[in-house]
Amino acid sequence: MLKIKNIHAGVENKSILNGINLEVKPGEVHAIMGPNGSGKSTLASVLAGREDFEVTEGSVEFLGKDLLAMKPEDRAREGIFLAFQYPIEIPGVSTVNFMKTALNKIREYRGQDALDAVSFLTLMKEKIKLVEIDQSLLSRSLNEDFSGGEKKRNEIFQMAMLEPKLAILDETDSGLDIDALRIVANGVNKLRTKDNATIVVTHYQRLLDYIVPDYVHVLYQGKIVKSGTKELAMELEEKGYDWIKSEMEVA
Amino acid sequence: MSKDNQVLEEFSSKEYEHGWSIDLESDSAPKGLSEEIVRFISLKKNEPEWLLEWRLKAFRHWLTMKEPKWPNVKYPPIDYQDIIYYSAPKQKVQPKNLSEVDPELIETFKKLGISLTEQKRLTGVAVDAVIDSISVATTFKEKLGELGIIFCSFSEAVREHPDLVKKYLGTVVPSNDNYYAALNSAVFSDGSFCYIPKGVRCPMELSTYFRINAANTGQFERTLIIAEEGSYVSYLEGCTAPMRDENQLHAAVVELYAMKSAEIKYSTVQNWYPGDKDGKGGIYNFVTKRGICAGDYSKISWTQVETGAAITWKYPSCILKGDYSNGEFYSVAVTNNYQQADTGTKMIHIGKHTRSRIVSKGISIGKSQNSYRGQVHILKRAENARNFSQCDSLLMGDQCGAHTFPYIDVENKSAHVEHEATTSKIGEDQIFYCLQRGIDEEAAIALIVNGYAKEVLKQLPMEFAVEAQKLLALTLEGSVG
Ligand SMILES: Nc1ncnc2c1ncn2[C@@H]1O[C@H](COP(=O)(O)OP(=O)(O)OP(=O)(O)O)[C@@H](O)[C@H]1O
Ligand SMILES: [Mg+2]
Repeated sequence: MLKIKNIHAGVENKSILNGINLEVKPGEVHAIMGPNGSGKSTLASVLAGREDFEVTEGSVEFLGKDLLAMKPEDRAREGIFLAFQYPIEIPGVSTVNFMKTALNKIREYRGQDALDAVSFLTLMKEKIKLVEIDQSLLSRSLNEDFSGGEKKRNEIFQMAMLEPKLAILDETDSGLDIDALRIVANGVNKLRTKDNATIVVTHYQRLLDYIVPDYVHVLYQGKIVKSGTKELAMELEEKGYDWIKSEMEVA
Repeated sequence: MSKDNQVLEEFSSKEYEHGWSIDLESDSAPKGLSEEIVRFISLKKNEPEWLLEWRLKAFRHWLTMKEPKWPNVKYPPIDYQDIIYYSAPKQKVQPKNLSEVDPELIETFKKLGISLTEQKRLTGVAVDAVIDSISVATTFKEKLGELGIIFCSFSEAVREHPDLVKKYLGTVVPSNDNYYAALNSAVFSDGSFCYIPKGVRCPMELSTYFRINAANTGQFERTLIIAEEGSYVSYLEGCTAPMRDENQLHAAVVELYAMKSAEIKYSTVQNWYPGDKDGKGGIYNFVTKRGICAGDYSKISWTQVETGAAITWKYPSCILKGDYSNGEFYSVAVTNNYQQADTGTKMIHIGKHTRSRIVSKGISIGKSQNSYRGQVHILKRAENARNFSQCDSLLMGDQCGAHTFPYIDVENKSAHVEHEATTSKIGEDQIFYCLQRGIDEEAAIALIVNGYAKEVLKQLPMEFAVEAQKLLALTLEGSVG
């Protein structure tokens, strides 16, 4: 589904990603861990098409297409969803309105008719249940005065609405209380099918108890320096990143 | 000889003594403005003597006045002698079907989601009998008639309800109020008149759409709305369809009069031709709008969405005379390309416990200039007056300008006046967030701008609000770099 080959990316004179290779197949869950500033969010942004980052080398294939050649909105329409580490406020625009606009733009791209009000509401009700989000939140201004946890939950609601093929969750677990973490993780699990895939960026092994990953990768200084299964996450939890860093230095 | 002709005769012979030289048979007056022209207009409209005198007084005053120079707008001097001040409403050549209409206009209609029937009506294509707007208007008028509501053209009101017109005309905006109001008072062509009797709640939105003879009211429009004690009316002016007009100068006057516990809600969507991308052409819209809350507990609310005109000079205001009266002003003004807008409001608190609320949202794009100018004046006897003002500016690009000129004048210590102002830009983060959800940049900007203007848009009657949203999106088109 997703083939990242030797991606180098950065801003102006600073390189942030230094040759990333990653392959994600349908139905898989990949966890990406790594110390602060290692380039996790940058990788997510590059995949989503943020123009601030210049890709200097490498290629990304998504469902057989050249992802890097696509405009960001088309990447979303092709099925890439990014749950933002820091969701953005849009005053005066409700989540409902935002989702209606997004969904219909995506449908238009796929040659489908716009959803009528009733079908949209039915879909929304269904997804509200799935991610157990407070409905009143959805008619408020998007992310404005939302608590940290509410913002994250809202991201997952949006993901449920748009049913992406590849979801990238950038630290969706930070800021969530224990119950919310379980609920959000359950939501993500319920949305899993054999055809879609998920990349979860996280600092905590705890999330991976709920969303069980097929692979865990460690990103350090813009490179994937170690890959393994969920046991790797537990090892990291126990030992921290120092052993990886020292391993790196030895090598 | 018919009575009308007799009057005409009398006037023309009388005028002759003063060197009357205008061909009275002519459908339009020659260029220029003089007492003669004012008399000609009044005569052509068969007006009573008192109205002619009123016009003349305004004209004489206008001669002594100077064009205001304080607005933050620039334009070449207007030659007032190069304007035709009267031409009889002409029956335009009707296009037979929409294919004969300017395709650019049709394209805009489509984007605005205006129905085919409505497109035909707006472009003057003959519509079939069932949906003929005149028949709609007739049924509508009957219904209003049963409630005692008068809703007609200004000329008709002068003929049919002269006492009401005479009593209220110029009481809110005196004929010598300002340069353009004086000009309008001297030469106004036509407009709307509306009277809501005591205790009547007007059951529908009154819009010029339903008024017969609404077309061709000309460049000097005059509107007068009177709401008797305990009545309510919501009035809609303008439409979202682009309004083209070969007259460059428009100077309208609107007067609202609210008695005790009456409420008038006045909504405008202004979409005059703004000129082309290089700033050529476009309408100068110099409007005086004012309402008086004459009775206790009365309320006047102005809502405006201004997207058109090359230059807008407009300050819908409220005189809060009655105790506990309430004035509101909600405005969205968008300027693009070379457009200039200097708009805002005046809230004059005279009565005790009067309240006012101002919400102004300016949006500047391209090389345009957008100014908010507002005055809050709390007079000495206005015990416990309250005002809240919120003036926000949104800038798109770095060649446009936003300016805020708030004037606050408080003569009573018990007053509470709050003013908030913000200037913002659409953030890259916001755009990227939208893009990531599959919303393209143009749609993203429209969404963000509509969100920004929501507090104002939600004041509009439902159907109008939807159209106004589309209109905003359309105005923003092409603003993405
Ligand atoms: N627009 C930018 N301009 C300059 N430097 C940037 C920019 N964006 C990111 N960086 C830098 O790139 C590095 C990687 O940042 P990134 O946000 O990808 O880290 P991260 O792994 O997501 O960290 P965290 O765990 O704290 O979220 C950091 O040093 C950061 O300061
Ligand atoms: Mg990060």
